[in-house]
Amino acid sequence: MIGVDLFWWIMGTGLIIYVMTGGADYGGGVWDLLARGKEQARERRMIEAAIGPIWEVNHIWVIFIIVTMFSVFPKAFAAICIALHIPISLVVVGMILRGACFTFRGYGLQPGATAKRWGMIFAWASLITPIFLGMTLAATSSGEIRLVDGEVTSGYFSGWLSPFAVCTGVLTLVIFSLTAAVYLLHEVEPDMVQRFRDRAFKAQIVVLVLLAIVYGLAHRDAPIFAEQLDNSALIWPLRFFIVLAVGAVFWSLKNKHDDLARMAVVAQVAGVVLGWGLAMDRYLVIPDLTIDNAGAHQETLEAMAPVFIAGAVLLVPALFMLFRVFKSKSKEA
Amino acid sequence: MDDLFSARAQMGLSLAFHILFGIAGMAMPLMMAIAETVWLRTGNQIYLELAKRWSKGTAILFAVGAVSGTALSFELGLLWPGFMKYAGPVIGTPFSLEGFAFFFEAIFLGIYLYGWNKISPKMHCLAGYLVAFFGLASGTIVIAVNAWMNTPAGFTTVAGTNEIATIDVWGAVFNPAFPTQAMHSGLGAYCAVAFAVLGIHCFGLLREKNNAFHLAAAKIAFGMALVATPLQMLSGDISARHVGEYQPAKLAAMEGLYKTQKGAPLALGGIPIDDEERMIGAIHIPKALSFLQTGDADAEIKGLDAFPEEDRPNTFWVHLAFQLMVACGSAMMGLVSLGAFLWWRGKRFPTQRWFLKAALLVHPLGLVAVEAGWCVTELGRQPWVIYNIMRTEDAVTPMPGLWVPCLFFTALYVFLGITVLILLNNHVFHSPSVVAVERSK
Repeated sequence: MIGVDLFWWIMGTGLIIYVMTGGADYGGGVWDLLARGKEQARERRMIEAAIGPIWEVNHIWVIFIIVTMFSVFPKAFAAICIALHIPISLVVVGMILRGACFTFRGYGLQPGATAKRWGMIFAWASLITPIFLGMTLAATSSGEIRLVDGEVTSGYFSGWLSPFAVCTGVLTLVIFSLTAAVYLLHEVEPDMVQRFRDRAFKAQIVVLVLLAIVYGLAHRDAPIFAEQLDNSALIWPLRFFIVLAVGAVFWSLKNKHDDLARMAVVAQVAGVVLGWGLAMDRYLVIPDLTIDNAGAHQETLEAMAPVFIAGAVLLVPALFMLFRVFKSKSKEA
Repeated sequence: MDDLFSARAQMGLSLAFHILFGIAGMAMPLMMAIAETVWLRTGNQIYLELAKRWSKGTAILFAVGAVSGTALSFELGLLWPGFMKYAGPVIGTPFSLEGFAFFFEAIFLGIYLYGWNKISPKMHCLAGYLVAFFGLASGTIVIAVNAWMNTPAGFTTVAGTNEIATIDVWGAVFNPAFPTQAMHSGLGAYCAVAFAVLGIHCFGLLREKNNAFHLAAAKIAFGMALVATPLQMLSGDISARHVGEYQPAKLAAMEGLYKTQKGAPLALGGIPIDDEERMIGAIHIPKALSFLQTGDADAEIKGLDAFPEEDRPNTFWVHLAFQLMVACGSAMMGLVSLGAFLWWRGKRFPTQRWFLKAALLVHPLGLVAVEAGWCVTELGRQPWVIYNIMRTEDAVTPMPGLWVPCLFFTALYVFLGITVLILLNNHVFHSPSVVAVERSK
């Protein structure tokens, strides 16, 4: 029997993939922004070459999540779009500017100074968008968005401006930057690798500090969320898994095992997003909307499941091919 | 500005903006793949250069299309949560199919743009055709959603209400208007882009008569226009009949037909005055509308008076947009016929200056027709967002102050639009490779 749980997991999987792929493209923009010194132009070119062929594909995961949400959980989609109109609009503006200006820089045929201006907008948009994205997600966890008879009653500023939400936004940004730095170990020229190892190492420290802060703030600003996190049956295995992954990231960065670092960072990020999902515990907007009361129609679920299965069967080899063409021999290239 | 108007303006602008990039994403990949095929077959370097140059323009257009399309998927909820809450489960499947098609489109475009030296030329060319195929697929499927808004199908309602009881997802996808609308907008995309590209390269030929690069480009673009334009005229006829059958209020507004009548005339031009329920300045061809719609010159056609006043679209804009679309289409058909005749008689692509100038004059009309046609279908459905089911005013978000995002997005899209024009201009005229191509020949 096809049920709403399947789609909860599909959306979760989509989110994990988006964070691991599309997220890293934002992170690339952050490192572009932070590029300093004599080598900054070369550094930016390497980042651009790494992002160029794949960012549009990676970006589609966010559309995938949105479409799944409004098809399967339309009441939650409508409520989120009303209550979080402002931060979502800012995310959208950021996404537009990031993608458009990245392309304008690369394909502009313009003098260096003009291209540089596009690069600045791209980089700043890459920095700001993940923060609003994280704030939006945190707001759904906060418990502050309330509905009565299906109508949002908590206004347009609930949930996304709390310290918990803002810190989650910054955490999102730093996680994206961490994954980008680790992925770039495989993409930049050999003389730059150590620089990115150091950056990843520092980003990882910031991630840990922010995780601790967000965890603490959640108990104050998002109590239901925090309680569900602590009481989840899988919380201890997950904590163990994340600690292991975090340790592996540190160790492999220190000992220059770049392949292991990539695997470990993917595991760590997946673990964190999974933890968020566990704490949401079938809620789409805490405390009024769950996957059971968000307006799913059984007929829709049954029609969409085969579409997703067929789509995935075709998509996986195509994605594999894309990444193989561009990511396999990058060191020799 | 009241909030409903702001929401409609923002959505309309976002769609009007995105549609141009969407159609470019459908038609440009086909042209660059054709150019690459010619290169593979003949070894003529000019066509390789052409494929590369077009692919760079496509990269810009596709990226802006991708981000503006993402914005739309959010705006559906940000501006019309009432609509999405109701319709999401019914139309979600075509949206997710479109999402998958878009995935493949982006994957193969990535391979095409960045894979020149990474895969074999044949595979590379195949990737180009796959981009074109999935571009067409995603464009077609997303039209299914718009067609569903015009002719909602695939669900039953609880007796006496509009509340959805059961859903037949595939019945919703294959709603009555889907085939005609998909055909008309798909062909419209190829026509519009072919003419736009043709005009640009005819301008190039006006400046440099023997530039082999511009000549090759103009030939391919003209070929596409030659195939698509006559088919589009045919599909326009089929579409108008379909609209008459399923959306009679829209047809009445398109024609400015206020009174239900037998042997209805066809109005050419003219300005509808809604308050007085009459047209001024129109040329009426007696019985032509009845004949075109039904094949019977005396058939009865419903006028706007058949619908309660609160259910009528804005005749002024719908009629004007329809006339504009038809006029543009006619001009394009005229140019493509003329060009085909000249080509046939002269045995070579017509490079007479007057013809090139005519092509330059006509070249933006396809894009105008696409926008006008889209206005016809959207404004002609008003006041409904889902025809006869949900009014637009009932779908809008309760969020106040919508003029703020409306103005902001307007400014953003104007800025992006101007930038894209400047960058494309750079690619067409300021690339040094044009000279290199001429020398290499």
